Amino acid sequence: MRRKPPGYVRTWKDSPLISPLLFVSLIAIWEIAIHVFEVPSIIVPPPSAVAVSLWEGIVTGVFLPHTAATLWEVVAGFISGSIVGIVLGIMIGLSPFLERVLYPYVVAFQAMPKVAIAPIIVIWFGYGIESKIVITAMISFFPVLANTIVGLRAAPQDQVEMLRSATASDWQIFRMVRLPNALPYIFVGLDVAIIVSVIGAIVGEFVGSRVGLGYLIMQRNFNFDMAGVFAILIILAAIGVGLHSLVVIVQRRFLFWSETQSALNSGN
Amino acid sequence: MSMEDKTLSAAASGAQPLVRISHLEKIYPTHDQGDVHALSDINLDIEPGSFLTVVGPSGCGKSTLLKILAGILAHTSGEVEIAGKRLDGPSRELGVVFQAPVLLPWRTVLQNVLAPSEVQKLDKTKMRERAMELLDLVGLKGFEHKYPRELSGGMQQRVGICRALVHEPSFLLMDEPFGALDAMTRETMNLELLRIWREQKATVLLVTHSIPEAVFLGDRVVVMSPRPGRIADIIDIDLPRPRTLDMFNTEAFGRYTRAIRHYFSSTGELD
Repeated sequence: MRRKPPGYVRTWKDSPLISPLLFVSLIAIWEIAIHVFEVPSIIVPPPSAVAVSLWEGIVTGVFLPHTAATLWEVVAGFISGSIVGIVLGIMIGLSPFLERVLYPYVVAFQAMPKVAIAPIIVIWFGYGIESKIVITAMISFFPVLANTIVGLRAAPQDQVEMLRSATASDWQIFRMVRLPNALPYIFVGLDVAIIVSVIGAIVGEFVGSRVGLGYLIMQRNFNFDMAGVFAILIILAAIGVGLHSLVVIVQRRFLFWSETQSALNSGN
Repeated sequence: MSMEDKTLSAAASGAQPLVRISHLEKIYPTHDQGDVHALSDINLDIEPGSFLTVVGPSGCGKSTLLKILAGILAHTSGEVEIAGKRLDGPSRELGVVFQAPVLLPWRTVLQNVLAPSEVQKLDKTKMRERAMELLDLVGLKGFEHKYPRELSGGMQQRVGICRALVHEPSFLLMDEPFGALDAMTRETMNLELLRIWREQKATVLLVTHSIPEAVFLGDRVVVMSPRPGRIADIIDIDLPRPRTLDMFNTEAFGRYTRAIRHYFSSTGELD
């Protein structure tokens, strides 16, 4: 948060209640509009029905196996995609030769819409959890890869020369200067990756699955249970926000020294 | 006194020079303006334990010379020998202080000072002790576990000096180390540097664009002139040691600075 200059007079804009109030009023307007205009609940459900459906899903335990499956797909896909992204990013970032040879294909692969590849992946890896992990990994690896490459090149030349003059080897320069300097960039990539990982898992479940929140959305959509679908959307948003916060917490631990990280997280 | 005489007198005194530079050339190829002749026919001997300062306007190749000696820049032709060995890359015998402190922001002051000893895999406990001694020597006791951003510019530069000294190099290279500091801090740092030099018994080559600083610190001042970068003169400074700030106002000091400034007044460069 920005610090206010001395002598600043507080106005209503400084109140911490503004954002929650906005939320409450929007929900109220939505609820009232649905009753006033008599919108059928299979088109847009009233917020009260969404809340009831969410509550019921939680207390009856209906969401539990689906949330666990989706969460596992997201986390496993994100971790494996990120590892591939970082390792490949380090290889390409340190070797102009590998960049010339590999990077065009990596970009071409990225240009292919993963949604279009998803059905193939499901055929190859089956209806189970594996195919979703693969799709999620495919979607999440690129932002990590691209940011790792850029980050490795961001090391200030004078830091590199300082270590080199002390007889440092290429490996020591990588470990002591290039990698730490790449970390702020890698974390930007991880933050993007964790959000798109949720998309990957849901897309995979849409294509073919027997469990997961994406599967549940399809099922409820089929039954015109709109309030039920909205309730799942809330869970998905909560998963996304929760995982993003986890990345931010880890990032703060690693990048306490970085000036850029405070700017990155100014939204929190 | 000409350069050849200098070389001869060094040889005559019987002391084996620590650094021997002969016919050193550096040419930077550029793709639009042809080759840039950064250093031309540099001949220089540096005796062990001496304090040599190099002064010259920007573009005279003094930083290039320093980078070549540090082993991080290849020269085009000529010979450089350090401690009897042909220069072929960075050497453990060297410590380098750069224009900016160049500290690693994720490392504490102590960890920054220890970086070269870590690279060279030197004994950890011994080096830690030495780093603490050095930090004490430059007045940074109690700051070992602070991060660079918590330090002022002058303090950061002192950390940089400790880092250059931690692995006990016999030859210290300094590239305008105090250029970014204000005049007061600069004078203090000059005195501190002389004290460290006395206590560590190292050989120092210090590049500067300040004529008074060059005279105040050096046993000899190498005057360089630009385009192509070459040695215009080498001047012996016969001011007594230890040097004190009062010397800035002595007549002898003024004579030296005038003599050096004379090389640049015609070109209108420097200061």
